[in-house]
Amino acid sequence: MQRMTYSFPEEVLEHVFSFIQSDNDRNSISLVCKSWYEIERWCRRRIFIGNCYAVCPTMVIKRFPEVRTIELKGKPHFADFNLVPEGWGGYVHPWIIAMASSYPWLEEIRLKRMVITDDSLELIAKSFKNFQVLVLSACEGFSTDGLAAIAANCRNLRELDLRESEVDDLNGHWLSHFPDTYTSLVSLNISCLGSEVSFSALERLVGRCPNLRTLCLNRAIPLDRLANLVCRVPQLVELGTGAYSSDMRPDVFSNLAGAVTGCKQLRSLSGFWDVNPAYLPAVYPNCTRLTSLNLGYATIQSPDLTKLVSQCQNLQRLWVLDYIEDSGLEALAASCKDLQELRVFPSDPYGVEPNVSLTEQGLVSVSEGCPKLQSVLYFCRQMSNAALITIARNRPNMTRFRLCIIEPRTPDYLTLQPLDTGFGAIVEHCKDLQRLSLSGLLTDRVFEYIGTYAKKLEMLSVAFAGDSDLGLHHILSGCENLRKLEIRDCPFGDKALLANAAKLETMRSLWMSSCLVSYGACKLLGQKMPRLNVEVIDERGAPDSRPENCPVEKLYIYRTIAGPRLDMPGFVWTMYEDSALRLS
Amino acid sequence: MDVERDKYNMINFEETELRLGLPGGIGNDGEAVKNNAMNTMSSMINNGKRGFSETSVDLKLNLSSSESDSTGEATEKTTTMASRSKDPARPPAKAQVVGWPPVRSFRKNIVAVQKSNTDEVEKASNGNGVAFVKVSMDGAPYLRKVDLKLYKSYQELSEALSKMFSSFTIGNCESQGMKDFMNESKLIDLLNGSDYVPTYEDKDGDWMLVGDVPWEMFVNSCKRLRIMKGSEAIGLAPRALEKCKNRS
Repeated sequence: MQRMTYSFPEEVLEHVFSFIQSDNDRNSISLVCKSWYEIERWCRRRIFIGNCYAVCPTMVIKRFPEVRTIELKGKPHFADFNLVPEGWGGYVHPWIIAMASSYPWLEEIRLKRMVITDDSLELIAKSFKNFQVLVLSACEGFSTDGLAAIAANCRNLRELDLRESEVDDLNGHWLSHFPDTYTSLVSLNISCLGSEVSFSALERLVGRCPNLRTLCLNRAIPLDRLANLVCRVPQLVELGTGAYSSDMRPDVFSNLAGAVTGCKQLRSLSGFWDVNPAYLPAVYPNCTRLTSLNLGYATIQSPDLTKLVSQCQNLQRLWVLDYIEDSGLEALAASCKDLQELRVFPSDPYGVEPNVSLTEQGLVSVSEGCPKLQSVLYFCRQMSNAALITIARNRPNMTRFRLCIIEPRTPDYLTLQPLDTGFGAIVEHCKDLQRLSLSGLLTDRVFEYIGTYAKKLEMLSVAFAGDSDLGLHHILSGCENLRKLEIRDCPFGDKALLANAAKLETMRSLWMSSCLVSYGACKLLGQKMPRLNVEVIDERGAPDSRPENCPVEKLYIYRTIAGPRLDMPGFVWTMYEDSALRLS
Repeated sequence: MDVERDKYNMINFEETELRLGLPGGIGNDGEAVKNNAMNTMSSMINNGKRGFSETSVDLKLNLSSSESDSTGEATEKTTTMASRSKDPARPPAKAQVVGWPPVRSFRKNIVAVQKSNTDEVEKASNGNGVAFVKVSMDGAPYLRKVDLKLYKSYQELSEALSKMFSSFTIGNCESQGMKDFMNESKLIDLLNGSDYVPTYEDKDGDWMLVGDVPWEMFVNSCKRLRIMKGSEAIGLAPRALEKCKNRS
């Protein structure tokens, strides 16, 4: 029998494979036959690791020796809301050490929710001669000294993006470490930094980098200096302002307006801390060009927000505070027919009463008026089944739907019923729904709907919902494409989890906190499923100091081929074989 | 009996604070008195939406008045206050559930800072937020910051300031000094002397003598404090003198 692989030399196959970028497709190629596996692994340049503990660095390096770009994610999503105790893990340093010796030509590192130290940053700066891209999203553990090392050593750096990271901000001098000969900056995002960077160093930096496209400043950059920066970068595509307030001075206004209007390629605006509404007209001339607008920090009222947003007819993405109110969202629905993504954040998340007139009506309006709307994150204080059904019928193309009704277990405010039928309509009509977050009063019934209809669902977030294990069983047995499940404060216990243990190996991870899963069940799961790490996170002390049927505080289960991790803190135990194992 | 009832209210409040505040846990059932007392107590501590200064000042007055009518008045006052606020049946501010609502921590901070920066009088009646202002003293090597909302009167503020800058001569910034302001002849002596005079910059950017306006108005309009040398403050004196003349 002739073997097909002999008809193409390796180089040809490699060339063909180079057109295939998607990770899934690459994985499929590697399964065709042994020689394709070999050829593919030598030419894979990009690796995405959704859970840094699912695999260990040596395994990755052994299989893929020529990687140029790596993306790693660490802590579970609920770490964003302080549910993962400090010190849980997600350390990137072992990866950097391993890659420093094996990937000398590494170009790009993207990290999310990981702990990276100044030592790691220094090692990166010294080890990778062609290092180009560093993106640290919601990371922590480093200071501006580490940034100085990157600035000083990475001659070919194109992108430095610190979005939403917690940086030990010692001072602003690090920026001055970019040498005068350095001109390759394309993208800089320092919006999370607190202290002032040296303004003149920044001015000179942006002035000498002709390819700079993205500049996201931090709050400390005052408005009256923004024009000086922006006029040096007329080729900007994405601008994040600093503080957007100042006493009203005509010269500052006209300089700013002139500089911003001069950016003919500008597509995206963000920043807008401390907005003085009198300065908003400075960006009006650019509004029709904008495709993305992030007003998530702009504490201005509905009329000003409405006026701004109504001029952005080509807007595809809007992030805004609930100050926009229902009236503003109606205007949005009328003006922005290309809108694809809407996020409305709460201005007063802990207030007992509503401070703004934003209800379910705003979201309904947008769902009616914006035919391309597919991604929604919406915080509000009241919702009804009728509204959810309307939204579902209006927007069957919805792919991401995250609703947060601020008060847990809030029923339909019109009928006082649970919101089961509303969310049921969402999963029934939106057949391509990939991500869903639930809130409000919900019984096991909503999970029945989800298990029945949400066949494309990949990520589900549940809080204060359900009546019994049946709820969890519906999800685990019904949602075929589920990868990530995160649950808090639900009455889900052992039965559903154990009955669906095999499902857990098909998912990236499961998080359960303040539920009813017992220590005994965790041990059993750990024993029976060697390819899962079953982590019990409990700050009350060792779980075997309590009865076996005692529920654990928090549970994080993820599939892995690396075995139990070795860097756990004192409040994390991995359930393994016959006994709980904790290696310190 | 009345004292015990006050104590009972306190105990209930503490119990409430220790529980995770999930809905239904703290109900509107039970006597209106107990609930309203809880409302006002929790709003005092939690800086809730009810009138902070109103509430605390009124309660203070009640507690210092005679025992026999203290609770009665407390009941009446708290009921009146509750009805003055938007919804008397509103449950008290709950203890926060960890990680809910699911907002990233930098979003929580943005709004808190916004609240403290807002000047509107509405904020005073809502009673929340802080009012940090910089305090400089002529000749001192560094500035300080005070939260004006911590004090209820000019007297308290001047006591706090004198403690802060006690290493420098601040003589007339204590209560006697404040009282001297009211007295025309003493005022002139003060301003002619080398002693210090508290001044502040208001919303409009003007420098004013501390003490002219009612306390709440001062807290809402004060942007920063400067403890000036008396001789420098003479420029501010004419208005103050006018006021003295009008008073006496």
